[in-house]
Amino acid sequence: MARIKEKAYEWVFTALAFSSLIFLVGIVIVLFKEGFPIFKAVKAGDFLFGRFWYPTYEPPEFGIFPLILASFWVTLGALLVCVPLGVGSALYLNEMASFRQRSVLKPMVEILASIPSVVYGFFGMMIVAPVLQDLLHIPTGLCAFSASLVLGIMATPTVCSIAEDALSYVPKSFREASFAVGANRWQTLTKVVIPAAGSGISTAIILGMSRAVGETMTVLMVAGGSAVIPKSIFDPVRPMTSAIAAEMGEAPMGSMHYHSLFAIALILFLITFAFNIAAEIISRRFRIKLGHSG
Amino acid sequence: MKKLRLLRAAVSAAACLLVAAGTVSAAEKVVLEGSTTVLPIAQKTAEVFMDKNSDIDISVRGGGSGVGIASLLDGSCDIADSSRAMKDTEYEKAAAKKKDPKPCVVAMDGIAIVVNNSNNIAALTKKQVKDIYTGAISDWSAVGGPAGKIVVVSRDSSSGTYEAFGELVLKGAKVRPDALMQASNQAIASIVAKTPSGIGYVGLGYITDSVKALEIDGVMPDKGTVLSGKYPVSRPLFMYTNGSPKGAVKKYIDFVTGPEGQRIVDEEGFVALK
Repeated sequence: MARIKEKAYEWVFTALAFSSLIFLVGIVIVLFKEGFPIFKAVKAGDFLFGRFWYPTYEPPEFGIFPLILASFWVTLGALLVCVPLGVGSALYLNEMASFRQRSVLKPMVEILASIPSVVYGFFGMMIVAPVLQDLLHIPTGLCAFSASLVLGIMATPTVCSIAEDALSYVPKSFREASFAVGANRWQTLTKVVIPAAGSGISTAIILGMSRAVGETMTVLMVAGGSAVIPKSIFDPVRPMTSAIAAEMGEAPMGSMHYHSLFAIALILFLITFAFNIAAEIISRRFRIKLGHSG
Repeated sequence: MKKLRLLRAAVSAAACLLVAAGTVSAAEKVVLEGSTTVLPIAQKTAEVFMDKNSDIDISVRGGGSGVGIASLLDGSCDIADSSRAMKDTEYEKAAAKKKDPKPCVVAMDGIAIVVNNSNNIAALTKKQVKDIYTGAISDWSAVGGPAGKIVVVSRDSSSGTYEAFGELVLKGAKVRPDALMQASNQAIASIVAKTPSGIGYVGLGYITDSVKALEIDGVMPDKGTVLSGKYPVSRPLFMYTNGSPKGAVKKYIDFVTGPEGQRIVDEEGFVALK
């Protein structure tokens, strides 16, 4: 009886473990199946590099280049915010903060991570955008710049906590050795600790990037939504995620518009997939490196 | 062994479901097809109607006004939803097919053009609104306002409001690509409320104190001017039937035009007839 029970548990947990694999495969199959028909109507090159996104007109235009650029710009802008903030606070937390400061700051960073993205979006739309609009005298605060700012703040906790983990994996002996040969604290930090945790910090940045590029609600609310190739960072933009979210509800099922949204999702998936693989490769290298010397 | 038994149970359960689905009682069927603008009204009224009349089965399809009218003339639907009156060519086709389409107005659709409260402009012509949205005019000074770039706010291209605005004002021309495309009427209203140089369009129900609705061609948008058709950015929404409605079709149309149906019309953001 006990053995049967044990076997049953084993089965249940095996099934649970494999279920995420099934979901992943299912999603990939659906993305390919629903996304591919668009390439029968539009050439892949015209789809990726077309400059106009008028999916509901007659004849429709399915050029997602403005959407790709929008995602790219907003993600880049978010990185400029979240890398200094995230890595900087990780360094402070790990290297300089006293135990008491740490016990307050670390949970704060984690709370920042648990705020739902719609709240960030609301905050961006109601506060950040109007303030920037008045401050910078731009026609509208709903633009790539505001979206980058809000996304950057959102991605900061991700970057901070992974970078902090990476720093804490650096063996104490590294620091001790550095101090022993007469290096000061700054030299130890820049010449020993950061290089040793370098790949872990890179992983943190890449995961922050994949968080920013895939974020939907915030950009839908803050980026403005114009499908136009941005000329400046203060232009409103329409990242890929917000185009999907805004249009999927009303695109007739099975229409070219519907398939084109799946094709956008497919491209987005491939981008984040590449980011995650890069992060995985780098973090593996990191483990081996520390394993050898630590 | 255990797994096999489980599998068998699952298969037989699925089989039962299939059989059950196949033997649903033969209710009287009414098919609606046509305009995506009328679709939310049709869907919601059909749902509520079927809850009360389990013997009538209504199926609702989109496709567009033209498609709906063509299906009605072919006999493949019972009611054609349309956001425009039938064209003469369609009436000719109907006569050739010995069909007698009868219109029934089920709701009015009106769209207000709104600007920021600080804007000194109180009225525009339909032509000016069109030029602003297509990009021919991009500065407020061109329409008598203070100099400043106009921030154009529009609904997403797949929304019904966008479609109606496109037909009534733009006449099929494309919205300038740098317009801010928003996912809801509410988003447009709040952006215009916060953007001094903004212009947007919303359903009548979304006009509040925080934005200023403009007079278009000299007429203020409100329920009265939309109902009378005086306000230029408005239109009736139709359901066409073949001959005067009878039986289940009549029961449904009476429901839509009755108090309960009109309450749904109002809830969906259109102007009810009474």
